[in-house]
Amino acid sequence: MSVQGLIRMGDNTLVLGQRVSEWCGHAPALEEDIALANTALDLIGQTQLWLGLAAEREGKGRTADTLAYHRDAWDFRNLLVVEQPNRDFGVTMMRQFLFDAWHLEALKALTEHEDAEIAAIAQKSVKEVTYHRERSSDTVIALGDGTEESHERMQAALDRLWPYVGEMFSTDEDDLMDVSALRPAFDAYLETVLAEATLSRPDSDFAHMGGKTGARHTEHLGHMLATMQVLPRSHPDATW
Amino acid sequence: MVTTRASVEEVWTWLAAIPDPEIPVISLVDLGIIRNVQWLDDTLEVTVTPTYSGCPATSIINMEIETALHAKGIENLSLKRQIAPPWTTDWMTDTGKAKLESYGIAPPQPAGGPKRCPRCQSSQVEKISQFGSTPCKAQWRCTDCLEPFDYFKCI
Ligand SMILES: [Zn+2]
Repeated sequence: MSVQGLIRMGDNTLVLGQRVSEWCGHAPALEEDIALANTALDLIGQTQLWLGLAAEREGKGRTADTLAYHRDAWDFRNLLVVEQPNRDFGVTMMRQFLFDAWHLEALKALTEHEDAEIAAIAQKSVKEVTYHRERSSDTVIALGDGTEESHERMQAALDRLWPYVGEMFSTDEDDLMDVSALRPAFDAYLETVLAEATLSRPDSDFAHMGGKTGARHTEHLGHMLATMQVLPRSHPDATW
Repeated sequence: MVTTRASVEEVWTWLAAIPDPEIPVISLVDLGIIRNVQWLDDTLEVTVTPTYSGCPATSIINMEIETALHAKGIENLSLKRQIAPPWTTDWMTDTGKAKLESYGIAPPQPAGGPKRCPRCQSSQVEKISQFGSTPCKAQWRCTDCLEPFDYFKCI
């Protein structure tokens, strides 16, 4: 049972949850603001489950909070796609859609995991992530098949984020499962949504790697962590 | 000294009187999040399951249970968190669903959307957003009385 595999799941939801929460109070419409905040909340809740179990299995006295607040960028094991900055609402929603499409397949597979505690977290999360994927798919379709401007921006968002898709399906022995096996289901779902959104899947399969192994994060992660971790690091005894 | 300890049935009636902190019209028992009550020697164990994994009400709910049971004279209380099987709106009681509707929140439906507007009972309703003021609710609108309303979504 790999602690690293649990940390990978928890770091994905933590980093994306923090990113999405940056929209709170800034989204283009009240409904979107609420939806983004709720999505972030679900992801942070899932983080507590994943990192809580990782800390327990590791047995070194760490907790979900110490893992979240007292590690530096090079110790994070999230996918590069989730640490990418929000930029505009289109990029945020395309990032969410790509991640949700992967995340839901990963969680569905993990509901059958032989480790009962892993299966339990997946069963809990899969219900929430089903709503996340439904919403991000609807938004990608509405904006992709929207105005000329929104269509162009969604295509640009897809082109920008596409090089981060390959890493989601790269796998090694630290993963909780063989994530490369999720690709056909992901591709099939993507094809349906992109067709409805009138968006084109980029041709190149070039993929940036290094997030989930910790070998090379993008510069964006460190900046994000500086904001996320400042309070517990400056005031180590603070409680809230 | 003879002490009588509360029966499990009695504890359930106490729990059924604790309002949900975010939707006070229904109780924790109506919501279906209390999964078990049992005595383990002289410790009362109450098993609670979260609605949504990030629901900020979870810690308040634990506090409310502790406060209520201590007030009833329970000294040794252990709160157990259980996430499997995951909470489902199927566990909400019928009384709970009826209370929600009269409060103005459309109760969860297997079809995935509200059956009718909780204010005017019209079936002409449309979805505004799958997310609402709390993780458990979506926003809908009635096209007859034109009022927006919360729908307690199925999970
Ligand atoms: Zn109405």
